[in-house]
Amino acid sequence: MGYNWINRNLKWLYILPALVFVLVMMLFPIGYTLWISFYEWSMSAITPPAFVGFDNYTSMFKDERFLDSVFNTFYFTIVALAAEMVLGLAIAVLFNRTFKGKNIAKTLFLLPMVATPVAMGLVWMLIYEPTIGAANTILKSIGLEPQLYLASMTQVIPSLIVVDVWQWTPMVALILMAGLSTLPTDPYESADVDGASAWQKFVHITLPLLKPTIIIALMLRLIDVLKTFDIIYATTQGGPNFKSETLNIYGYVLGFQYFKLGSASALLVIFFLIVMALTLVLIWTKKRLEAEG
Amino acid sequence: MKKKYIGAGTALIVTASIMAGCGGNSSPQASSPAASQAPASSSASESASTGSDKPFAGQTVTLVTANHPWSEAITPLLPEFEAATGIKVKVENYFEDQLTQKLTVQFTAGSETPDVFMYRPLQDGQLFFKNGWVARLDDYAHKDPEYDFADISPSAINTTTIDGKLAGIPIITERGVLYYRKDLLEQANIPVPTTMDELVEAAKKLHNPGSEMYGFVARGQRSPLVTQLASYIFSEGGDFITDGKASINTPEAVKAMTTYGNLLKDSGPPGVLNMSWPQAFGIFAQGKVAFLTDADSLYTNATDPEKSTVSDKVGFALFPAGAAGSKPVNVTAWSLSINERSKNKDAAWELIQWATSKENVLKAQQKGNPGARTSVWNNPEATKSFPEELVPIIKQSMENGVGHDRPVVVSVGEARDAVGEVVMKVITGDKDVQAAADKANANLQAIIDKDSKR
Repeated sequence: MGYNWINRNLKWLYILPALVFVLVMMLFPIGYTLWISFYEWSMSAITPPAFVGFDNYTSMFKDERFLDSVFNTFYFTIVALAAEMVLGLAIAVLFNRTFKGKNIAKTLFLLPMVATPVAMGLVWMLIYEPTIGAANTILKSIGLEPQLYLASMTQVIPSLIVVDVWQWTPMVALILMAGLSTLPTDPYESADVDGASAWQKFVHITLPLLKPTIIIALMLRLIDVLKTFDIIYATTQGGPNFKSETLNIYGYVLGFQYFKLGSASALLVIFFLIVMALTLVLIWTKKRLEAEG
Repeated sequence: MKKKYIGAGTALIVTASIMAGCGGNSSPQASSPAASQAPASSSASESASTGSDKPFAGQTVTLVTANHPWSEAITPLLPEFEAATGIKVKVENYFEDQLTQKLTVQFTAGSETPDVFMYRPLQDGQLFFKNGWVARLDDYAHKDPEYDFADISPSAINTTTIDGKLAGIPIITERGVLYYRKDLLEQANIPVPTTMDELVEAAKKLHNPGSEMYGFVARGQRSPLVTQLASYIFSEGGDFITDGKASINTPEAVKAMTTYGNLLKDSGPPGVLNMSWPQAFGIFAQGKVAFLTDADSLYTNATDPEKSTVSDKVGFALFPAGAAGSKPVNVTAWSLSINERSKNKDAAWELIQWATSKENVLKAQQKGNPGARTSVWNNPEATKSFPEELVPIIKQSMENGVGHDRPVVVSVGEARDAVGEVVMKVITGDKDVQAAADKANANLQAIIDKDSKR
């Protein structure tokens, strides 16, 4: 009987471990977050959570700091993503050719991606140090004005973007290199016969063929850049004066420094919806492109 | 469809990681009290046979400490305590911000461990106490006359006392002092500033950005600066909260915040906005700044030759006097307390009593940890390692000082951000400081009002 039962339910048994994992580690936390987001709770053992309906959400949209953090998140994401995609593509194309020392160059180039973000944040903090840091020492030695970098309210996000681009362009390049290596060679041969220039071949053959890979790289990076936490927390903690505070940092501050768990959860739910919406848009774009192709 | 789950999954993990911090801790913790309970019950019969000498033999006490020189001084001595009492001590060590988070999460989950923990009474005290997480220590402290509770400085005790109840035993005290460069002042023939006006004047004179020499440095990050700003506010005669009402828009407080901000703006090094104490001490130790105001307990960062290029040129002075005289902060930075839910409170107290005994406070203080015991401060042995001129300044600051250095509320983090905003406005050159102070005052008042409803 036991044997039969197993036989009948085999398909369920096979997916059980994965199912349990998704339920316990994903669905439960997100459901719980959603639940808390309707309560005001300050982790107090004496005052129990109080139901406040959508208050946490409505007050969020009146909170200047939240709106600023949305702006910062998108500013950081869009610029970093654009730079990473363009540079990543250029580097992938470069490494797709054969030249002397290519393998060594490739290995060196992939190193930043392997480094621990928090440790790299600390290193970049030293580089950006305005008085004795490497960045300003170089600027001064070539006769340029020293800059404030992380300590400037206007330069802080560009400075952090540089760190993110430095660290994650290799990943984009890696994905695109894999994509490039699968491209068929015959379109290029016929283009050569027709006398196409290198630029024409790149724009009319490489780019269209590589589109699905580019979109996958874009999507993976988009999600990662949106939720960047480590390098920002390690270098500025959202400062100076909250000017590099992204949604993720603000959520952390609300939850673990102010202990306003209701507000923090509401913020995360909004954040979740933003990431979800952007991802769906990308998937939809990819499908449309595939249908066209 | 698959890709959709990548997106959803990643976002879920973001959320999950926040939530995991809440729930996850309770399960591994739940097992350890059970483990420590077993020997506790068996020790009842055991202690009868061993006599009153080691009444807690066999019990286990979990001690959570911050990553702080005090822990480094005390941890190596623990085997002595274990040998003398038969209590087994388990030590866990965390960085300070993580420590607050860890303790908050663990206490919220109703954990019975840690038994003894190190905490910052001014940062966490109200939150921990009002939530009923810390045990009242009054009875314990007076139990053993040899412990000599009265020897612990009353102002330090004041910091750890909430609603008339003793919530912690002070272990580290600190005061705001002025650090200066002896050589630079001598060269420029400037006397050591004793008033705020003299400090502003001297800092301006010694400020020479062209040759990378700066007049003054202190914390410039919005939240960290508040505890150092406090000495300025008190010395001008103001306070964060007066008679239960927010008072950071009073003329005294506004003057202090303007002075602090202007010192950093006009005589500070580049990049002060991203400086907390490590960066401020860092640039001072690089020999690029003439004056620094910060806590005395951090002095080794300026005087240790391994950390500082100007170790032999650092002078110390009493915090410069404002309109109300020299009123630096004089606070308990760290104290020890017992978890209200601990199963081994008596053994836990035994550990605290041992760690804060005259003998061990002396040992910790000899390693550069300013403690809270008057008898130890009066013992020349205790301050041998301190810079000679710092000792009288510390003693005088203990007399003049004020027992808090931030708004004493439950939501300290939020209140600090509210106060810090005014200084941000000054540093970034906003002319209407009063308007900024009024706004910050309203924010602080809202935080106070919320507290009273708890």
